Amino acid sequence: MESYLFPFDSLICMLLGISFTVWFTLLLVFIIVPAIFGVSFGIRRLYMESLVKLFEVSECFVNRFNQIIEKNWFKMSLEQEVQEMRRGGAEPEFDMSDIFYFCRRGVESIVDDEVTKRFTAEELESWNLLTRSNYNFHHISTRLTALWGVGVLIRYGFLLPLRVTLAFTGVGLLVVLTSIVGLFPNGRMKNYLSDKVHLMCYRICIRALTAIITYHDSENKPKNGGICVANHTSPIDVIILASDGCYAMVGQVHGGLMGVIQRAMVKACPHIWFERSEVKDRHLVAKRLSDHVADTSKLPILIFPEGTCINNTSVMMFKKGSFEIGCTVYPVAIKYDPRFGDAFWNSSKFGMVNYLLHMMSSWAIVCSVWYLPPMSRMEGEDAVQFANRVKAAIARKGGLADLLWDGGLKRGKVKEVFKEEQQKLYSKVLVGSSEDRSHS
Amino acid sequence: MGSRASSLLREEDIEEIKKETGFSHSQITRLYSRFHSLDKGENGALSREDFQRIPELAINPLGDRIINAFFPEGEDQVNFRGFMRTLAHFRPVEDNEKNKDLTSGEPLNSRTNKLHFAFQLYDLDRDDKISRDELLQVLRMMVGVNISDEQLGSIADRTIQEADTNGDMCISFSEFTKVLEKVDVEQKMSIRFLH
Repeated sequence: MESYLFPFDSLICMLLGISFTVWFTLLLVFIIVPAIFGVSFGIRRLYMESLVKLFEVSECFVNRFNQIIEKNWFKMSLEQEVQEMRRGGAEPEFDMSDIFYFCRRGVESIVDDEVTKRFTAEELESWNLLTRSNYNFHHISTRLTALWGVGVLIRYGFLLPLRVTLAFTGVGLLVVLTSIVGLFPNGRMKNYLSDKVHLMCYRICIRALTAIITYHDSENKPKNGGICVANHTSPIDVIILASDGCYAMVGQVHGGLMGVIQRAMVKACPHIWFERSEVKDRHLVAKRLSDHVADTSKLPILIFPEGTCINNTSVMMFKKGSFEIGCTVYPVAIKYDPRFGDAFWNSSKFGMVNYLLHMMSSWAIVCSVWYLPPMSRMEGEDAVQFANRVKAAIARKGGLADLLWDGGLKRGKVKEVFKEEQQKLYSKVLVGSSEDRSHS
Repeated sequence: MGSRASSLLREEDIEEIKKETGFSHSQITRLYSRFHSLDKGENGALSREDFQRIPELAINPLGDRIINAFFPEGEDQVNFRGFMRTLAHFRPVEDNEKNKDLTSGEPLNSRTNKLHFAFQLYDLDRDDKISRDELLQVLRMMVGVNISDEQLGSIADRTIQEADTNGDMCISFSEFTKVLEKVDVEQKMSIRFLH
């Protein structure tokens, strides 16, 4: 029996050896070397185009999902709507039918509201052959199931291992190389090397996610001494922006692997990491940011003012902290194409590892990045107004809904003051009419 | 996950809800998705907290009264059937339905039932009449702290005077209906559900 196996054994070993070598050579030539030099063979774009063709093929099998109710987008003021509700004729102070206004608005918001749907993944109009985006897509034919099956094999059997290898390579290189650069004395050489090292490692990570990014208006790229603000959809936003430019990151100090990465990165160039206790102290935070910005040899700071991940259909309230510092703000809009893979991180549903697994087993991450022209606070504008102006610009450019609601509503309750505003408006309707009556 | 949610709703249930409420098949599955997304505890029923998590409802001055309308007397949970039954009040009244001969009585979205829904928002203790006190409480919810007790009291008195025909200083449902007979209730208490 043993005599059978010997020749096969060595043959198998040889084959395995050859395939590993081929595999790693291909990896190196087509992915890692281009990442180092920042060039691209265009393989990812080709892949994306074939995927689009594939989706077109499966287009006819799907269920169109629209809104549940027709909402009155031409929003009248509370006053106008209540007047409309009334019986007409002589204006009474109060009409029993006033209740209809609040009642209908209330039930409309129960059926479909603007806020809660921003904290779950966007629903697609047609299926993209991923199980996780399959909501109520009935009547899936055998042909489509077969396509899905092949997709699963490709994504989990080929793409996922490839991506995981690249991810480890990218992160590993980042830690090792930034530590090495950290040994250099401070100066231009160190900054130059640090920039190159960061860019290279982020580019490898981009390839680890098969991220296909289109950068627009690169002449507006953030410069030293400014703050870059962007809408937040996932932790990947950082990698996407940092692979096209060098930024100083801001964040809380973590333990574990994240902590190791953070400590290594800060050796090569100054990033701003806060201890958990320091995060609560707004003055301390503001001071550290201002100091960094004042030093023009330091890189622009990257901040996500929403404070939490939103599902990329809207931009929610910007926290005013970064807009109080008084330096130039460079807004950036990031819009993901959900057909290829949803980048949104629903942190209440999935942990980080689960999320990364989803990312790396999607088809691809396709997004567009727009660098908007720099903005500064105008005369007579306070931080909140400035923040809203920047937010509106980002929403407009990225084609996202501009909402005034706070992203913190993901976890917290809405403030009483908003209800009090509604009550005030209604009171004006009642009291206002009594004033008219007393005059007439 | 969406697909799992729809699989929890059986075809028989959908048919029954269709008969009872008049919603179409696709509207029911769509609303079930919404019900499921509101149900954070994933126990097939909504509690008052689940409703209060909707910011636009939380800032509605009558938010609590509207939420209350979904819950039957003394209960803290509403299942999907109950949810749909309440929402059915807001279906628009289609012309062909006005002529339909229904053996099960009036449809949930009839003018009378819509008015009854609004009446119940005022009638806090569910005794089928709106007392001066109840009217005051609801008014206070709508205006907050912006109007004085005296002014609010006179508003309430004037309203009851206008509506009360049998002199019991309360507004019964028939008096309520009479006061609003010229109002286009069908349009104002309807939501356009898309198919």
